[in-house]
Amino acid sequence: MKKYTFTEKKDTRSGFGAGLLEAGRRNPNVVALCADLVGSLKMDAFIKEFPERFFQIGIAEANMMGIAAGLTIGGKVPFTGTFANFSTGRVYDQIRQSIAYSDKNVKICASHAGLTLGEDGATHQILEDLGMMKMLPGMTVINPCDFNQTKAATIAVAEHHGPVYLRFGRPVVPIFTPDNQEFVIGKAWMVNEGADVSIFATGHLVWEAILAGEQLAEMGIDAEIINIHTIKPLDVEAVLKSVAKTRCVVTAEEHNRLGGLGDSIAQVLVQNDPVPQEYVAVNDSFGESGTPAQLMTKYGLDAAHIVKAVQKVMQRKNAVVAAL
Amino acid sequence: MSQQHTIDDLKGVAVQVRRDIVRMVHACQSGHPGGSLGCTDLLVALYFKVMEHNPQFKMDGTGEDLFFLSNGHISPVFYSVLARSGYFPVSELGSFRKLNSRLQGHPTTHEGLPGVRIASGSLGQGISVAIGAAQAKKLNGDDKKVFVLTGDGELDEGQIWEAAMYAPGKKVDNLVWIVDHNGQQIDGSTDQVMPLGNLRAKVEAFGWQVLEMNGNNMDEVVATLEQAKSLCGNGQPICILMKTGMGYGVDFMMGSHKWHGVAPNDEQLHQALEQLHSKLEDYQLNELIS
Repeated sequence: MKKYTFTEKKDTRSGFGAGLLEAGRRNPNVVALCADLVGSLKMDAFIKEFPERFFQIGIAEANMMGIAAGLTIGGKVPFTGTFANFSTGRVYDQIRQSIAYSDKNVKICASHAGLTLGEDGATHQILEDLGMMKMLPGMTVINPCDFNQTKAATIAVAEHHGPVYLRFGRPVVPIFTPDNQEFVIGKAWMVNEGADVSIFATGHLVWEAILAGEQLAEMGIDAEIINIHTIKPLDVEAVLKSVAKTRCVVTAEEHNRLGGLGDSIAQVLVQNDPVPQEYVAVNDSFGESGTPAQLMTKYGLDAAHIVKAVQKVMQRKNAVVAAL
Repeated sequence: MSQQHTIDDLKGVAVQVRRDIVRMVHACQSGHPGGSLGCTDLLVALYFKVMEHNPQFKMDGTGEDLFFLSNGHISPVFYSVLARSGYFPVSELGSFRKLNSRLQGHPTTHEGLPGVRIASGSLGQGISVAIGAAQAKKLNGDDKKVFVLTGDGELDEGQIWEAAMYAPGKKVDNLVWIVDHNGQQIDGSTDQVMPLGNLRAKVEAFGWQVLEMNGNNMDEVVATLEQAKSLCGNGQPICILMKTGMGYGVDFMMGSHKWHGVAPNDEQLHQALEQLHSKLEDYQLNELIS
C-alpha cells in the first residue's frame, strides 16, 4: 500500500474559493454569483479582487440559475455558489431548461454536500444531488476529494465549455493530493495499485478508502484504490482495466446508494464485465443532526465500513471462483 | 436607429403572421394559437421596427437589442416573426412541431434554430435570463437593450417575483419586461385561477417604471416601446403592462381561454383565414390546406 500522509487539513470549499480566485485571474470573463452564502462558499477573495464581476443575488436560487444562464449569452463564465441542496433539488427545473437543455456554460458550485454538513440536519444534507445532476444530458459532474483537488477542479471547469456541477463540502479533511496538480475532467486518479479488489471512491470517501487500504494491507489484502472525481463523464476505461485484474468492486460515496457513483459503476459492469460489487453509501435514507464523524460512522461511510464491504465482496468473488 | 417601416407596413406583416400562426397550429393539430395571436403586434413591432438586431444570428448578440420569450408556448408567433424577419426560411414554418424539426413545440437552442437564445416553456424563467443577458451587456460596455415577454398567468410563478425584486434592486436599467395581460390562463380567467390584484401597483412597488399599452393597436405598441427604450438608463428597469385579447384577429378565438392550447379544425381554419387578408405570401405546406 502506497503511503499517504498529510500535514494539514482544510475544507474542500476553501479549495473552491482558491480555485475561483485563480480562474478569475486567468479569465476576465469569469464571474461569480451567490445566494447570500458568500462566507460559507469562501468567495470573499474573488469578490475583493473583482467586485464588479460578482453578483449578490439574495436568497433566490431560481433567479440565480436564470441570471447565470443569461450571463453566458454575453460571453461570461458564471460560477454560482450556494449549498448543494439549494444548488440542485431546489432549482432542478431551472437547471434543466435554462442551463442543461440550453447548453449554457454555467458552473454550478455546491458546498455543504452530504452528511458532513453535520449539525444542521437532513433539511440541508442532500444525498441525492449526484443522481439528479448526472441524469441531465450534457452535464459534467465532479466531486473532488480534498482542498488541492477541489482547487484544481475549479480552475479546470472554468476552461471547459459546457454546464458543470462541482460538489464539495464543509468540514476540514486531510490534504493528500499534490499541490498545483493538473486536473483532467473525466480521468480517474490511481491512488494505489492492487490486485485483490477495486475500490472506486469519490469526495470525502477517498481518504477513508486510503485508511481502509492500510487496514486491508495488514490483513493481507491488496486493494486497488481509484479516485473517481468525475462522476460524469465516467472513466469507463479505468474502471474496466482495474476490474479485469481484481474481479470485484467496492464503491464508496457520500450519497444515497440510489443514483450515485455506485450505480454508474454498476451500469458499466453489467454491460461489460459483470463482477460482484458492494456499495458503501447511504442506504436510501435521510440524514440527521450530529457531528460529521458521528454521522459518517452511523450511516456506514467510514474506513471500517469500506473494510467490511471489501471482505464481503471478496467472499462473493471467491464463491464465484469456487463454483467454476 | 429604428427600422424604416411604416405603421401600415407593420400592420400588413401582422396579418400575415396571424395567418402563419393558425396554419402552423392547424397543420400539426397542436400548439397555442390564443396567446400567439394576442402578442402578434408586439413581436412584429419589436422585430420590424423597434429592435436593432441582426438576422445573421450570433448567440452573443453583441451590439444588438435582444428579445427573450419567457412564455414559450406562444412559439408560433415567435417562429413566424423570426422567419419573416430573415432568421431562417419561411418555408421552414411548415415543420412546426414535427419530427426532426428545428421548430420544437416550445423554443429551444438545442436544434440550433437561429434567433433563439434560451429554451423556454417551463414558465417563470425568462426574466431571470434576460437580467443575466442585460448585466452581461453592462459588463461588456454594450449599450443595447434587452426585452422579455411573459404571460400574466405566468406571474403565478414565484421566480417571477424573485426577478422582479432583483432587477430594480440592482438597477438593471437596460431591461424592458412586457407582460401579456390578456386576463386568461388555461383553467379560466386570471381572476378565477389566481387573482393578480392591482398589478401596476405591485410592479411599481417592486421598483419598476411602469407603462401601459393596448397591445393590439400598432401605433400605440410602437410608440410605447420607443418610449420604454428612451426611459432606459435612468436607474430603473421598465415594465409594460400590455392589454391584449387572447386570440386577437380571429373573432371566434378572441377573449376566451378555450383557445389557449387548442388547434382549429379544417372548417375553423378556413373561417380564420377568411378574416385575415394578407398582401404577403403564405408559406408552402406539403399537406393540402382546404
